[in-house]
Amino acid sequence: MTPIHAKELRNGGKLLLTNGITSLEGASGGGLTPWAVIAGNETRDGIGLSAHATLVELRDYDYRSVGAAVGLFDRVELSIARQRFNTREIGALLGLGRDYAFEQDIVGAKVRVAGDLVYDRLPAIAVGAQYKHNRNGPVVRAIGAQHDSGVDYYASASKLLLGQSILASGTVRLTKANQMGILGYGGDKSDAYSVQFEGSLGWQVSRRMAVGAEYRSKPDKLSIAREDDWYDIFAVYAINRHLTATAAYTDLGSIATVKDQRGVLFSLQTAF
Amino acid sequence: MTVSLFPLLLLAQATPYAVPGETAVTPYVVDDANAAARPFVGDDIARAFGGQDGIRRIVDRLIDKSHNDPVIGEIFVSHDMVRLKRTLFEQFCYILNAGCSYSGRDMKASHKDLGIQHADMNRMVEILQAVMREQGISFPAQNRLLSRLAPMRHDVVER
Repeated sequence: MTPIHAKELRNGGKLLLTNGITSLEGASGGGLTPWAVIAGNETRDGIGLSAHATLVELRDYDYRSVGAAVGLFDRVELSIARQRFNTREIGALLGLGRDYAFEQDIVGAKVRVAGDLVYDRLPAIAVGAQYKHNRNGPVVRAIGAQHDSGVDYYASASKLLLGQSILASGTVRLTKANQMGILGYGGDKSDAYSVQFEGSLGWQVSRRMAVGAEYRSKPDKLSIAREDDWYDIFAVYAINRHLTATAAYTDLGSIATVKDQRGVLFSLQTAF
Repeated sequence: MTVSLFPLLLLAQATPYAVPGETAVTPYVVDDANAAARPFVGDDIARAFGGQDGIRRIVDRLIDKSHNDPVIGEIFVSHDMVRLKRTLFEQFCYILNAGCSYSGRDMKASHKDLGIQHADMNRMVEILQAVMREQGISFPAQNRLLSRLAPMRHDVVER
């Protein structure tokens, strides 16, 4: 009989920044979109953890999210996030009350099915799903959403092109979510899944720092509130192995009937 | 015909598997292809690394620091450090097109039974980055070298 060896877990081992940051919905990646990377600092010989807090200050709204993720053997990522979108003065104008906040919980799972961000010739390729539950069901239904929860499905491919110091990542997403789910799922215009494209392009300035831009296309399912594609430009800095800071300038377009929602994003991620 | 073949045979015989000061290794076929990466074209990357002298400093520092490293130092214990410094220098010098041939073994043979894990390779990359930074190599040039080494992980990591 062959003896079975319990392989001991390693502690630490990913290269700086190669776990990405935490995207708005809790999956590790860029700021606006997931990448095909797994949360935490561990390689295939360990179990990693990460936690994040993100703040976006827009012209008329503010957004916060907190969350945590576990990365199993650089293969499987499980994440959880709570988002809070505060309507500030606009809440009163919309008849919801000043500082009315939409809240959403997201549970995500992602599996890296092939490739590697840094080493192999094949890009890292991952598939994932995000179950989202909006905590303001009656309100999102009143504005035309069909559901207060939904599931997004996505596939991502990501590669660090070392020779050029460039990171490129693309994601295809199937979603019914209005504004990521903040305004519910499905709408009076359509209750079908739509295909969206998301991407990040980053330039690694140094071992600790990268700058870049992101794009995320969005569905448009509610007739009373037009939805626009999202953009950002970002700078990310690894303060140390366990702490990564991100600052970005974002253009989220029209949200809940109010256009030109531009502003700044700050995010801190800790990872082990 | 016999006369003209003789020096060639002698040369083939004389190709060192190991040079004096190094532990003998099982014979193998010497080939630049064992370096497992195609060399850069042109001499700008060799100059960015300070030519053969600069590359030798980087390799010597890399091996010394790796040997003393708390995470991966154990891998180098009872390893022939003289040979490792020579062959790694040749490999970097060949890849950086700084005027060397590579006489070492291929990546699978040279890393066999070392029990290297992903985290070990990443650790060595970090030490290499630190040494290159210390030697004043620009970050883009550092990454260009790493881009040629990265695909070797497949043969280096075995568990």
